[in-house]
Amino acid sequence: MHTPARTATAAALAAATAVALAACSTPADDEAPGVTDDTVTIGTHQPLTGPAAAGYSAISAATSAYFAYLNDNGGVHGRDIEYIVKDDGYDPSATQSAVRELVTEDEVLAIVNGLGTPTHSAVLDYLDEQEVPDLFVSSGSLTWNQPGVYPNTFAFNADYVTEGAALAQYAVEQRPDATICVLGQDDDYGEGILEGVETVVDGNAIAEIQTYSTANEDVTAQIGAMMAAGCEVNVLGTINGFTAMAVGTAAALDWAPQWYVSSSGGDYPTLVGYLGEDVAPALLQGMVSVNYLPFSPDDPWVALFRQINDDYNDGAPFTGNTVFGMSVGYLFAEALAAAGEDPTRASLVAAVESGELLGNGIVPLSYGPDDHAAYRSVGITVVDDGVQDYTGTVYSVDAGQVTTVEAEPVPLANDGIPQPPEE
Amino acid sequence: MDRLVFLLATGLARGAVLALFALSLVIVWRAARAVNFAQAAMAVCAVYIAFALTAASGSYWLGLAGGLAAGAALGAAVERGLMRRLPHLTPLPGMICAIGLVMVLQSGLAIAFGPEHRPMRPPFSQSPFVIGGVPVLSPYDLFVLVTAAAVMGALALLFAGTSLGLRLRAAAFAPETSRLLGVRVPRMVTIGWALSVAAAALAAILLVPTELGLNPHAADLLFVNAFAVAVIGGLDSPAGALAAGLGVGVLVSLTTGYVSASAAPLAVLALLTAVLLLRPGGLFAAREARRA
Amino acid sequence: MRTLLRAALITLLAIAATFGLDPFRNYQLATAAGVFAAVAGLTVLIGLTGQLSLGHAVLMAAGGYGYAATATAVDAAAPDAGPAALLAGLAGAAAASGALGLLLGMAAARLRGPYLAGLTLALVIALPSAANVLPLGGEQGLSAPFLPVPEALSALIAVEQWHAWLAILISAAAVTPLVLLRAGRPGLRMRAVLGDETAAALAGVRPGPVKTAAFVASAVPAGLGGAVLAVATQQVTPGGYGLAFSLTLVVAAVIGGLGSIGGAAIGAVLVVALPWLVDTAVEAVPADLGQRLNGNLAVLLFGAVVIAATLARPDGAAGLLARLRRPTPAAPTPATPSTNTER
Repeated sequence: MHTPARTATAAALAAATAVALAACSTPADDEAPGVTDDTVTIGTHQPLTGPAAAGYSAISAATSAYFAYLNDNGGVHGRDIEYIVKDDGYDPSATQSAVRELVTEDEVLAIVNGLGTPTHSAVLDYLDEQEVPDLFVSSGSLTWNQPGVYPNTFAFNADYVTEGAALAQYAVEQRPDATICVLGQDDDYGEGILEGVETVVDGNAIAEIQTYSTANEDVTAQIGAMMAAGCEVNVLGTINGFTAMAVGTAAALDWAPQWYVSSSGGDYPTLVGYLGEDVAPALLQGMVSVNYLPFSPDDPWVALFRQINDDYNDGAPFTGNTVFGMSVGYLFAEALAAAGEDPTRASLVAAVESGELLGNGIVPLSYGPDDHAAYRSVGITVVDDGVQDYTGTVYSVDAGQVTTVEAEPVPLANDGIPQPPEE
Repeated sequence: MDRLVFLLATGLARGAVLALFALSLVIVWRAARAVNFAQAAMAVCAVYIAFALTAASGSYWLGLAGGLAAGAALGAAVERGLMRRLPHLTPLPGMICAIGLVMVLQSGLAIAFGPEHRPMRPPFSQSPFVIGGVPVLSPYDLFVLVTAAAVMGALALLFAGTSLGLRLRAAAFAPETSRLLGVRVPRMVTIGWALSVAAAALAAILLVPTELGLNPHAADLLFVNAFAVAVIGGLDSPAGALAAGLGVGVLVSLTTGYVSASAAPLAVLALLTAVLLLRPGGLFAAREARRA
Repeated sequence: MRTLLRAALITLLAIAATFGLDPFRNYQLATAAGVFAAVAGLTVLIGLTGQLSLGHAVLMAAGGYGYAATATAVDAAAPDAGPAALLAGLAGAAAASGALGLLLGMAAARLRGPYLAGLTLALVIALPSAANVLPLGGEQGLSAPFLPVPEALSALIAVEQWHAWLAILISAAAVTPLVLLRAGRPGLRMRAVLGDETAAALAGVRPGPVKTAAFVASAVPAGLGGAVLAVATQQVTPGGYGLAFSLTLVVAAVIGGLGSIGGAAIGAVLVVALPWLVDTAVEAVPADLGQRLNGNLAVLLFGAVVIAATLARPDGAAGLLARLRRPTPAAPTPATPSTNTER
């Protein structure tokens, strides 16, 4: 019979194939991998394919566009930034493979803006073991802010609990007697928003709590239940597509409650893309959301980012994701500029921890040696007449306490090209 | 009570689309003894054509007709160009080829049109009629139900009452004998594929306006649920596809409404397991398929 | 005995090969070893008994969860217990996947081809929901203990290489019994059931128990493969075992050649390496076509390769090897489509 001999041959062949794939590079163990005389190489993992690509593939494109603009204007310390974007299709095992390749093969200086809670959780321990700076994670999970456990990991988004608490606080102030309900994604995102709402509103006072799963693009049953429960203010911990679906489904039922939406699902231009330009302004009128990045139509940052989007991103649709991606790029460039003439992994982390980075938010960054969260306060936005803008109300959330604070927008300087700190 | 009526009505409308897609799987199974794993990707290709035609002409109906024609053409092309060239002794090469085709079509669509969701307008209002204070079916839901029922009826007539239907079934069940009797078996298989993908395209065209919008993955879940529906109903049985489709639609709606959204796939799995344990060939299994 | 020697030899060769690989390649090798164990189980199931399972990813996940839960518990109860956590974890993986395999196998014994396919497909879709409803950590999954390089070796090898060794050893332990099973009496019984159930029953082989046993025998290596992935990644998430991955396992089994363990090895290496190779090749081409091409082109080319390979060699790589060894063409397979396609 053929079996054992053939098995041996085939296995040997497979092993030989694997050996043939071997490249001769070994990871450099110096302190500044990815840094040459004229380049700095960094990497990220993003969902470029698969169902999650629809919402998020625009972010890394915007970041790349900002870096192209930066490189055309001299880069940082004379070095161009090379941004390697790896696709993980929002699959945690693909993230594992992508990030290991970035660290060991591409020898990146840092991982920047890795997207997603389940995906990035999968590489958190690995990046910690390898002591790779893990900057500006693109998710609102509280996991990223554990300086004692993960000294090199830093969050970028305001966390979901903060957003939920701010939305609930605004709802209570605007409409003290309204019936509040929550619709959330069936994961840490929805749970975080709910937790935030519960810090402001007593859990029993939430009339209806519904969840959805991204696999099933239908929220009719959930919206029906909320309508039956007489909800007046619906706090949504939903991604943009499901925000649109919730609003559209309610409209079909002739139901017009107030929508209070987390920043991850309350981006007006993206929602218009889902709902269609003809009906969106009416359906989204009065929608409340939160944000911490420049988004007012007349903001100089927005004007600059629009220009970069036209020049370096083929004029892709300009949405909240565009601002998000470019803001991440700017913040990294600022950190790199502050990390010194010859940046290392350690000096990059030290630069972020120094607390001296400004970013470009409407509220201050909160990075420090003991705090790896980026934004602890958020501003309320409202859609009026097809324009989403800040109301001026800003909440800071700390240890379950919501307090009103003043906005402190960072002014645009030097055309968005970070300068090395003065000696 | 109000909530029950609302959930039942919603479930029926969703179930009609499921039933139609499951029917398309039954057609290709009857015609070629194959489960087409690329059915969703092929249907979505046809929807993109329908979408483009509607956008260009402004007429939903022109887009619908174009989408159906494109589905039929795609089905015939895939059968002639790919499936026919594979050995039919086992279903596996056809299945693997279909999985490869899914990758090619979905990434091709994503390259050509981007991953964005494109909103598709329904031809009728989605605001439900309110009866006794309870919102029930919308005009669009009724359109979906009527269309699905009409297509089911037409196909039942085709298979039971016409010579073409007879030849289609004969070619699938007894290809050798049919050939001897003068049935052009290869042509029958091609016709079966074309009919099947056209039906799947119709189901997808009906589904997309109720979802987020058209994207390369718009029909993925539809396929998976419809496959479960076809298996529950019995792969040979159009009536089974109809009954199981409506049943699964209602089950998903009730589970989502009364338990939680994440419990719905488990409920479908439980129903599927229960039915198969009691009737291994599905609810409406023909006697021949039940021997085991 | 010869099989055992051969298995030991191949295992040693594979371990020796890890010295020629850099850390990332060793990580890929560990992944491929885990996938190999699962594909080997699947290929024996489909090739010998004709039962088409689309749900082997869930069996892998069951093994991964079993490993993570048990190993974490043992690690917490007795830290520094050395290999105890690993061994207990592997036992947990085998138990979890074996139990699920038994349940599925009992259902599968009553079902024919597409019906079993439908059931296992629904199982894959239900996995994320099950992870939410059961205490399996939801979307984030469970984490498994990190196994550092033993001190005696730490000067010699990196952690990726150590994990590759573990992966190779576990996979060898998972697949070798499968090879023995396939060559021995159980293999004959399975083939008898595949050939003609009625004839097999007349010859005293009861098809039901044989099919169920084959499912369990296929599920345990798959579960150990899941444990291998948990060792290499320290994580089990439902997202890692989705529909696409489950279908990829079937693709690997068929491309390798059904029923062939060597083919399973080729298939596993292909599905791990090919997308990455294509991706690398695509990156080398200056792509000014914008972000849409990014990632998608790799999937497209992978799909095209799968189609081309199926058209060229429906019997897979193992069939191609057999053809190369034996210059005279094999006897033509009967091409009559008949009712037995309804397996």
